[in-house]
Formats: sequence, structure tokens, C-alpha cells
Amino acid sequence: MLLIPCPICGIRPEAEFTYAGEAHIARPAEPASLDDHAWGEFLYARTNPKGDHAERWRHTHGCGRFFNAVRNTHTDRFITSYLAGTARPHGTPSAASPDAPAMRNDTEQWGQA
Amino acid sequence: MKHFSAARLLREAVRGQSGWTEHWRSPDRPAPAYDAVIVGAGGHGLATAYYLAKQHGITRVAVLEKGWLGGGNTGRNTTIIRSNYLMAESAALYDHAVKLWEGLSRELNYNVMFSPRGVMMLAHTVHDVQVAKRHVYANQLAGIDNDWLSPAQAQAYCPPLRLDAGMRYPVLGAALQRRGGTARHDAVAWGYARAASALGVDIVQNCEVTGIRRDASGAICGVDTTRGAVSARRVGVVAAGHTSVVMAQAGVRMPIESYPLQALVSEPVKPCFPCVVMSNTIHAYISQSDKGELVIGAGTDAYTSYSQQGGLHIATHTLDAICELFPQFRRMRMLRNWGGIVDVTPDRSPIIGKTPVPGLYVNCGWGTGGFKATPGSGHVFAHTMAHDAPHPINAPFALDRFRTGQLIDEAAAAAVAH
Ligand SMILES: Cc1cc2nc3c(=O)[nH]c(=O)nc-3n(C[C@H](O)[C@H](O)[C@H](O)COP(=O)(O)OP(=O)(O)OC[C@H]3O[C@@H](n4cnc5c(N)ncnc54)[C@H](O)[C@@H]3O)c2cc1C
Ligand SMILES: [Zn+2]
Repeated sequence: MLLIPCPICGIRPEAEFTYAGEAHIARPAEPASLDDHAWGEFLYARTNPKGDHAERWRHTHGCGRFFNAVRNTHTDRFITSYLAGTARPHGTPSAASPDAPAMRNDTEQWGQA
Repeated sequence: MKHFSAARLLREAVRGQSGWTEHWRSPDRPAPAYDAVIVGAGGHGLATAYYLAKQHGITRVAVLEKGWLGGGNTGRNTTIIRSNYLMAESAALYDHAVKLWEGLSRELNYNVMFSPRGVMMLAHTVHDVQVAKRHVYANQLAGIDNDWLSPAQAQAYCPPLRLDAGMRYPVLGAALQRRGGTARHDAVAWGYARAASALGVDIVQNCEVTGIRRDASGAICGVDTTRGAVSARRVGVVAAGHTSVVMAQAGVRMPIESYPLQALVSEPVKPCFPCVVMSNTIHAYISQSDKGELVIGAGTDAYTSYSQQGGLHIATHTLDAICELFPQFRRMRMLRNWGGIVDVTPDRSPIIGKTPVPGLYVNCGWGTGGFKATPGSGHVFAHTMAHDAPHPINAPFALDRFRTGQLIDEAAAAAVAH
């Protein structure tokens, strides 16, 4: 069972929390303007890194708040946690690092498939 | 490769078992070039290589494995085999595999110990009963065996099952697929490895793929590994929980999340459990191996992870359910527990097919339930790689479905896939 640092309540056992997936995936401001590829990426594509991962948790059986955390998915150690709506702290590798380049330049090829 | 037969066993018995040789060639490093490279020597990757060589005449094939052959989910799973899925596309895919399982030991000349002892899925609530009956009738219409059993019939099929109205989750009935069962996981990997190697396939262990090379046009031209570079025009990624990591090397983001899934076995006891019993509602799966161990499958952890170990509270939850259903097991001791990393898709159906990168193919997303599909998956994926076009059975399982929205939603159908 993980020990999870809620930024409001402090370290609590995993049983008090609900996992809510990769963080910082903002709903597109104008969904109607998205093509199918971009919409599919928003809904389904995930970075799923082996390493540092920014993710959302909810302290369901505590303060009830959603928050973000950076956890290493190889060691399961938490590096930091921070309030929902704030940016990923500097110094933690970002999700868009070179080990997971986006496939934007392949968009055309989807159309041909 | 020496052929296994009763005569050969007898001959070796009188010669002190001195005539056996290694089952497959194990080259130290890959050759500089192949016609096709498979990333990952799990059951699915090895089966793909075997069918590429056997059915499509493509024998210049390498299977590159970062650890040891069969050391991923193939060697860590609870080996439940069944094809009673709700969606027509899934039922066709998994039943294709069950039909191949039925002749696999003969096909590979290797005993994979396929044991169609029946898979019984319990219903504990009115909702469960309705869902299970819906599966049963959908399967019957699709020509796939699945029967509805009353509680008494379920207990007749599996005498250890407790029927007691006082239970927290009483058994209200069960769906039984008689053609379902188990197979020996290691033997499946070893059997495919041996047969593929005999046809010329190179299986290179301790050889991690660290980069995927693309030429100026963007098409695949090879891979980098910890044992040197390899050129190839076709690369098939069959890396289960590590799919996102490998595909990122080619710049492709996947609709996959990796979760730990754990299983455990008890001390071995005499035969006492005749079939496979599963309960999705209370999260428990159990069968007895031929060695006598009870093989028990637990759920996934809540969060993504590559740690290959699950939380103890997840296993405890499953053992609570097992002890309630089968009180006679309460005093048994558990010998080992372990985890694998499963590749879960949003619709809980696999992805088998082409990718946006020419020459790059992917076979993944089997999540918590791909062992049962091993022969069928390898068979249709080899077809896809050989023809650069899917087999009719895997055509609906394209990666592109997450753009078109044509999902095969077993997630909604089962909540848990196994
Ligand atoms: C505890 C548990 C219980 C399960 N129970 C069942 C069950 O009862 N029934 C069922 O049908 N399914 C079950 N499954 C799921 C099943 O095990 C998998 O879906 C299936 O075995 C996947 O096979 P595979 O060959 O695709 O993957 P794997 O056997 O995991 O093979 C993938 C291989 O790729 C290698 N690899 C990864 N990255 C690289 C790289 N960069 N370079 C080279 N090699 C690489 C890995 O080392 C690994 O050997 C279970 C899984 C687990 C973990
Ligand atoms: Zn809190």
C-alpha cells in the first residue's frame, strides 16, 4: 500500500485515495474545432512513462480534494505533490520530455490508413 | 530439433536421459539484418515468429527479448483460457485461439498441457445473473459454447463450491464454458520457441530494444539494441506492459496504461479442485495446477506502475473472497505471490495491427487476459505483418479505432477482463 502525500492533509495510506490518471490533460477549449485525430489523442492517448509521472489523485476519504503528484512509476516513490490547477513544479522532468515525443508529425498518415 | 515421441522417451529412459539437447538455438547477438524483427519473446511474440516462418515462409526473423524468454506476463499469469466474450469481434478472436489450443501440442510437437476442464463464472447478484445470461445467449447465437447453471448444477460441476444463503455474496448461478480451461504457461513459450527456432528464427535473450530507426521517408529501417544495431523493414512490437515505452521510441503515443496485476499460489495439495472458477464481482479466480498448487488471481492496483509488484491489500481482498467461497481453503498457506505489468486499453480490447509508421506493427493491449489468446494472436499478427494488411479476425482491433470511435467495448461488458 502506497503512502501518499496529500498537499493539504499530509502523508496518508493509499486506501484513503482514488487514482484519477495522468495529470495536465486539459479539455480542449473549443472541442468542435478538433479533428478526429486530435480528439482521439485527448480522450485516449496517454504518456504512460516508465519513470516520473504527473498524475491526479483524490483524497476521497480525507479532505475530498483532487490534487496532482509526481511519482516514479518504476520505484513507486512520490517525488512531490501540489494543488490541482497549479503547474508541474520545476525540476521534475516533464511529460513532454524527449523519451515520449508526440506523434503530431504523423497526423497525415492516419488519414491514409 | 529432435522430435518428441513415445519411442524417443523410452529410448532415453533406458539410456539414462543422456540424448536430450537444447530445445532452441540461443544466439549471443542478433545478425545485422532480418526480414522481420519481433520485440518481446513472450508467448505472443514467439507465436508470431512461428507463424511467420511456418505459414508465410518468412524465416529470416529475430525475436529480441530484454530479459529471458517467457519471463514477462506469459510466465506470470493464471493461465485461464476461455472465449465467452460478449462482443462478436472478441468472441471470434478468442474462439479462433481456443480452436488452435485444441491442436497445439500436436502442431508444436510439445506438450502445452492444454486442459479444457471448464471455466465457471459465478453470479452473485440479480445484476450479475442478467449480465451472465446475456453473455450466455450472445455466445450461443455466435456458436460459442456457454451454458447457464443453477446453483445446484454449479455445485455438481465444482463440489468445493459453498452454497449458503448466509454468505455476503451468495451464488445465484453460473455461466459455464466447458471448452475453456488452462494450459502450462511456460510450455507454451518453450513450445513456440523450439518450433520457431527449428524453422530458422533467431531468439536473442538479454537483448533490449533501445531505439527504433526510421528512414528519410519515415518508414521503419531497423532497431538499436543493447547487443548491436539490426536492420529490418518490418518490426512487430509485442511488449505487453512496456508497449508505451517501446512505441515512444518510434514517436507513437499509445492508448495504453500499464498496471500491476498479481497472482499467488498455495502449497501443493492432492487434487481437490476440478475446474476453473472466476468471480468478477468479488474479484477472485482459482484453479489447481497439475503440481497441486491452488493458482489464485487477484486484481490490478489502482495506479499505473512498472514495479512488477502489487499492493498486499489487493491480494488480501481476493483471499477474503476465496475463503468465503471455499471455506476448506482457509487454513492453506500461500507459497509465492508475484506481479506482472499489464497493458490496459480504454475499451479493454487488444490492439493488433498496423501503426501510423510504415513497417511498424503492434500487438498489445491484452491487459489482464491475453494468455488465452496466445496462438490466435500470433496467427493473425503474423498474417498482418506478412501481408501488410490485417487478417479479417483482427481487422476490427486496429489502433485506428481510437480515432474512428469504433471501440470494442468489453470494458462496459465485463468491468474485468480475464
Ligand atoms: C498475474 C497475471 C495473471 C494473468 N492471468 C491471466 C489469465 O488467467 N488468462 C489470460 O488469458 N491472461 C492472463 N493474464 C494476461 C496474460 O499474461 C498476458 O496478456 C499475456 O501473457 C501477454 O503475452 P505477451 O507475449 O504479449 O507479453 P509478455 O509475456 O509480457 O511478453 C512481452 C515481452 O516483451 C519484453 N520486452 C519489453 N520491452 C522490451 C524491449 N525494449 N526490448 C526487448 N524486449 C522487451 C518483455 O521482457 C517480455 O518478455 C495475466 C497476467 C498477469 C500479470
Ligand atoms: Zn487530503
